[in-house]
Amino acid sequence: MIGRGYLPIILVTLLIAATPLVISSNSFFNFTVLVLIIALAAQGWNLLGGIGGQTSFGHSMFFGIGAYTASMLQTHLGVNAWLSLVAAIAAGALAGLIVGFLSFRAGLRGSYFALVTLAFAELLRVLANASELTGGAAGLLLKLDPGFANMQFSSRPTFMLLALAFVFASLVITQKIVNSRFGAHLVAVRENEDAAKALGVDVLTVKLKAISLSGAMTAAAGVLYVQYFLYIDAGIAFGIWISIEALLAPMVGGRGMVLGPLIGAFTLHGLGEITKSFAGRVPGIDLIVFAIVLIVVIAFASSGILGLLKKLADRFSSKEGA
Amino acid sequence: MLKVENATMRFGGLIAVNNASLDVREGSITGLIGPNGAGKTTLFAIIAGFLKPTEGAISLYGKDITTEQPHRRAISGIARTFQIVQPFAGLNVHENITVGAYLRHAKPSDAVEKAREVARQVGLEKDLEKSAASLTVAGRKRLELARALATEPKILLLDEVLAGLNPSEIRDIIPVIRTIRNSGVTILMIEHVMQAVMNLCEHVYVLAQGKMIAEGTPTVVCNDQAVIEAYLGKGSAERIARQSAENTGGPNA
Amino acid sequence: MFSPTIIIEAMINGLLTGAIYALVALGLTLVYGVLHIINFAHGATLAAAMFAVWGLNAAFGIDTYWTIPIVTPAFFVLGYVVQRFVIGPAAHGDDGNILLITLGISILIENALLAGFGSDTRSIPSDFSFAIVEAGPFLLSSARLVGAAGSLVVAILFWLLMSRTDTGKAIRAVAREKLGANLVGINVGHIYAITFGLGCAALAVAASLLMPTFYVNPRIGGAFVNIAFTVVVLGGMGSIPGAMAGGLIIGMVESLSGLLLGESLGQIGIFIIFILVLLLRPTGLFGAKA
Ligand SMILES: Nc1ncnc2c1ncn2[C@@H]1O[C@H](COP(=O)(O)OP(=O)(O)OP(=O)(O)O)[C@@H](O)[C@H]1O
Ligand SMILES: [Mg+2]
Repeated sequence: MIGRGYLPIILVTLLIAATPLVISSNSFFNFTVLVLIIALAAQGWNLLGGIGGQTSFGHSMFFGIGAYTASMLQTHLGVNAWLSLVAAIAAGALAGLIVGFLSFRAGLRGSYFALVTLAFAELLRVLANASELTGGAAGLLLKLDPGFANMQFSSRPTFMLLALAFVFASLVITQKIVNSRFGAHLVAVRENEDAAKALGVDVLTVKLKAISLSGAMTAAAGVLYVQYFLYIDAGIAFGIWISIEALLAPMVGGRGMVLGPLIGAFTLHGLGEITKSFAGRVPGIDLIVFAIVLIVVIAFASSGILGLLKKLADRFSSKEGA
Repeated sequence: MLKVENATMRFGGLIAVNNASLDVREGSITGLIGPNGAGKTTLFAIIAGFLKPTEGAISLYGKDITTEQPHRRAISGIARTFQIVQPFAGLNVHENITVGAYLRHAKPSDAVEKAREVARQVGLEKDLEKSAASLTVAGRKRLELARALATEPKILLLDEVLAGLNPSEIRDIIPVIRTIRNSGVTILMIEHVMQAVMNLCEHVYVLAQGKMIAEGTPTVVCNDQAVIEAYLGKGSAERIARQSAENTGGPNA
Repeated sequence: MFSPTIIIEAMINGLLTGAIYALVALGLTLVYGVLHIINFAHGATLAAAMFAVWGLNAAFGIDTYWTIPIVTPAFFVLGYVVQRFVIGPAAHGDDGNILLITLGISILIENALLAGFGSDTRSIPSDFSFAIVEAGPFLLSSARLVGAAGSLVVAILFWLLMSRTDTGKAIRAVAREKLGANLVGINVGHIYAITFGLGCAALAVAASLLMPTFYVNPRIGGAFVNIAFTVVVLGGMGSIPGAMAGGLIIGMVESLSGLLLGESLGQIGIFIIFILVLLLRPTGLFGAKA
């Protein structure tokens, strides 16, 4: 028997995993890999921002820490790619713990928390852009050397399956959390901190756990990014673009819902591709669409696509019952 | 079991609680009454750890808890309700109560079951799937009560759970409170509805302008000069006494 | 290491730039003080205003300073409309939503500028841009002096507006107690939109004052939004005098850290101040303790 909420996760994963059987276009796999990387980063955001209600504008800090940790360990010290992955995830968790400890202990919430996360990300961007270790403005290149040991795959479908495995793991972890006491505490903190405290919830610890898990997930996405593109620089790693992607996907798909980030990332980038195919090479046109979708979602469907579907399903089933 | 010793709470220049002491006997229903702005809610916040008193000490079963965090006190067995209800608005009733139940039940199925049991106890079993935001005032008060109760407290602090309810709703909930006590939970309740205080409480403390001005059984306290004056203004005790003397002396009032 | 003249000159230049930062931050802090929201689109709006100034100059040859009477009312109206008919209704009264909507607006503006004008950097070259005033041993840019003076004038006008006019009184009433203001017959939605419009109008003036010495591209807002937030946080969210003082301080910090650390690391001073103030004293240096 499969536990509560896992069936949709398994179905969606199988569906994506089956695409290489029917599709062979490289641009499809490029698209899907990018979407999966974003979905993974966004799942990190969702854990903290969607389920825990602590909106971050600076998740690029975790993405960048993951990406740079993995590439610096490999290029400077010759560490194995998989070990670097583990170290990068740990670094993301640690960064989350530090930033969380500083800001949550200072009592930052809402807009203040959003701004301070943004400032941390920007600070790291400036530092990475200037430091020798991170390759400065030129960035870091990973040596092209395909093979399982280096976590590099010349076949795109294979890399897609790797990214999918990460996303699957993140979905299962998130679902486990949602079903658990920790998940209930996290939601309680989002809904009303005082009430949560009165019921014995250790608010600070709950937030710290959430932000370190969140940082770990988004750092893993950063690692996937460098392993795929074999290049990173400060603007990519710590840029506002990934902070926004990580936030938009859950907002559009359904914040606080396990499949929200994945559905949102596919929808947004699907829309982006469609727009590009109509509007041609107008720069920024996809982001214009994203922004409009974000505003429309907040105005008319604050629980996103999944929320809308759920509402429709409820209406349908209540009609049937009547 | 619960002792407040010489608690004082200052907000800038304002002294909300002034050297107040209180002692709740285990297994009792104890009342805390007093006019609006007397400092009752502030005293609850001090007991539950939401405010750090400027001076004074709180102890539970003789153990000093003055510096403990609110969630630690909940674990020690203190549960409070909020005068201004604080539901988890985005969750349904069952999920709201389950958060409380998780305090003593780490396993989700146990917590969910415990929450259902508590809902039955306070009369919310029909509303389990309803969104907390859609409840009536009476429903929200019951939800406050249920959530606190789900933490399986040793002592339950009820802050005006009857305020805003109509007489029939009050009549419905009074036996619920009594049953809770009979199940072994000590209760300290702030209440303005005197009918309920007289009906439920064995011992009553009276707070006025931050000071504890009287204590005793409900009847004793209600006839206390200082208490009547605190509620109705200076000189009123005398006036009332005179009036009732005249009334008994005169023909028909 | 550096001669005192260089350091003092850097400080004066910092103050002059800081005055314009203060003007940019003025609208942000006003909107926060009244609506209690953080307008994330503030930087992008500034970029749009700078493009408007640049466009008016490029298309009609209007001198930068003479664009003020055109762009200021235009951006007031724009701000009014956006708050009244987009942000207000879409947010359903939730602060978190407002932050996200203004983020959406900021992405929208930035990329609309990118789609319309491309990513090229543009400026308005004129002889005045390079004109210099000698003050004792120091060489100061005339355009920056005009910019600082202009900012000061706008700040004074704002102060007069807030303290002397009925609209100003209504704004202050709404800022303090929106329910009460509503009860005495003030249309809160209207006042919100006016405040938002004023914030945008201040940006339009800032854009006109900046253009002679600055350049514009679609991403320029990001740089300014960081600075403006830092100024506002430093001065105390919602405090207009705080924003003025904060602007001057940040201008100076930026100029000095640029001098000491170089261009690329120079911005670090600002982020560090921002983070430290938020963590240690979120009410700002001049704000009352919450
Ligand atoms: N956080 C606070 N800061 C400043 N003053 C406060 C604060 N909380 C309460 N007060 C003031 O302390 C006094 C006591 O308030 P409290 O809410 O404890 O009274 P109460 O007895 O519960 O009244 P009521 O019967 O109306 O609920 C009031 O004057 C109130 O304005
Ligand atoms: Mg009270």
